[in-house]
Amino acid sequence: MLGLIKDFIDFLTTPTISFTLLTVLTPILFPPTDWFDKLSRKLKVDKLWTNKGGFVGLLLITIFMVMGYTDPNFSKILMKPDNFPIVLLIYSMFFYIWWGMKQAYENDARLAEGKKPNEYHDPDDKVLVWPDLVYIEFIALLLFMVFLIVWSLLAAAPLEEPANPASTPNPSKAPWYFLGLQEMLVYFDPWIAGIVFPMFIIIGMMAIPYMDINTKGNGYYSFKERRAGYFIFMYGWLVLWVYLIIVGTFFRGPNWNFFGPFEFWDPHKVVALNNVNLSEYIWVIGLEKPLPSNILLREAVGFLVVFAYFAFIPLALSKTLLKSMYEKYGSIRYGTLMFFGLSMLALPIKMYLRWVFNLKYIVSIPEWFFNI
Amino acid sequence: MNKDNKFIPKASIGKDKDKNGQIDRKSFIGWLSIGWLAFAAATGGYFISMIRFLFPNVLFEPPQSFKIGEPSDFEKGKVDLRFKKQYNIWVVRNDEGMYALSTVCTHLGCTPNWLSTERKFKCPCHGSGFRISGINFEGPAPRPLERYKISLASDGQVIVDKNKSFKQEKGEWEREESFLKV
Ligand code: FES
Repeated sequence: MLGLIKDFIDFLTTPTISFTLLTVLTPILFPPTDWFDKLSRKLKVDKLWTNKGGFVGLLLITIFMVMGYTDPNFSKILMKPDNFPIVLLIYSMFFYIWWGMKQAYENDARLAEGKKPNEYHDPDDKVLVWPDLVYIEFIALLLFMVFLIVWSLLAAAPLEEPANPASTPNPSKAPWYFLGLQEMLVYFDPWIAGIVFPMFIIIGMMAIPYMDINTKGNGYYSFKERRAGYFIFMYGWLVLWVYLIIVGTFFRGPNWNFFGPFEFWDPHKVVALNNVNLSEYIWVIGLEKPLPSNILLREAVGFLVVFAYFAFIPLALSKTLLKSMYEKYGSIRYGTLMFFGLSMLALPIKMYLRWVFNLKYIVSIPEWFFNI
Repeated sequence: MNKDNKFIPKASIGKDKDKNGQIDRKSFIGWLSIGWLAFAAATGGYFISMIRFLFPNVLFEPPQSFKIGEPSDFEKGKVDLRFKKQYNIWVVRNDEGMYALSTVCTHLGCTPNWLSTERKFKCPCHGSGFRISGINFEGPAPRPLERYKISLASDGQVIVDKNKSFKQEKGEWEREESFLKV
């Protein structure tokens, strides 16, 4: 029985399935439109944001962890001192999202009844930064220091032997907070995944206050008043960053192959991945010709695809589905928002292209170190 | 709040001071320039010594051109791992001859492992795979492993010269020096 459950979890965590599941689940957990909201309530997913739901969620995570710590394969990974932060991360991520969402849902109900949100205070009754806030921060700081000291006393730092350029540990993992990046590097050229995307993430987050013109939900928790933004952020943050860190920590084994959490890390596991570039698909397989020697001609279709993705989609949407939004936001704000949104979406798209079609690069010009 | 109660600090440098014979504007600016100049000189000095630091007096680097033994020391169809640690190369011999592959993954520079049962080089960082020829066929690596110049010395030993590398995507593997016929 337990074996069956473990096999089932291993099956669920295969990248194609887990990613599809999470992608379908995110709009139900954080419904961006009325339609999803209804669906979420019909499936009773909104009950997760109550005390009972939170308890069940914590229980499920704990059962998974207990199963992990008692499993001969998974416990080896879970017990590694490097990976302890990820266990903390899973719990704290769940707890804080649950806490925020619970209060947001409560406020949404209050606002729907015409009441003021829970956090509402008489504007004349002020709370001072000093000492009220600073004291709380100071106490939190002390507690955190205590925690760090105790942790460092209990578990030795996972230092390894001196670096040796001739032997790379297998698998070779970045520090946990970079594992999302390392996972992106599997699908993209180092320039894009290592430099362009991280820059986009930082610039995009800094640009949020300028792109978000919704004035509601200031100073109190609320989901409904800014649900589309909530959903987009949660998909990018939870699925494309936090889940990728979890994947990198728990599901990537020797030779950077995928392994289910309860699977044995077999260094000889063979996964055939014959990756093909788009240009090869078109010229060699489609037209049955050799690749043209002119680089630009060879990659013309790839360039066209990328261009269409970033130019045609926003343009078409501004005329149809997102027309009202385009008018409200203006072309610059709309264009920026679209650009960052589509760049974010490029990651899961590229992942699926790799998994389903073994596609390596859409534009591949190794001669110029330019690959997309 | 009453506006008149505002505390206005007295300027610390002003005309009233030189009346007391302490410091006037001109000498203040003079001292200021000296101070800044001294500061710039000190920082510049540190900067120069820091630059100097980038060019060490001795470099403990293995020679870039070295002998690896006679062709008969290498088995056909095998990847020779002996020179990986010191020189970062794999030496491969096939039916036609020999070549020296760089051990630097063309994706982000990790060192792949040779998996003899699967007959491929597999990178532990993001899973790129290369065939025994050095051609990339799986994972994100955008181009094949590089080959180094290889030739025969007059004493019959094989010389590998890492100063010259050959990239397949530029058609350089066609060049004679990238492959040693034996
Ligand atoms: S460094 Fe080898 S696959 Fe990324």
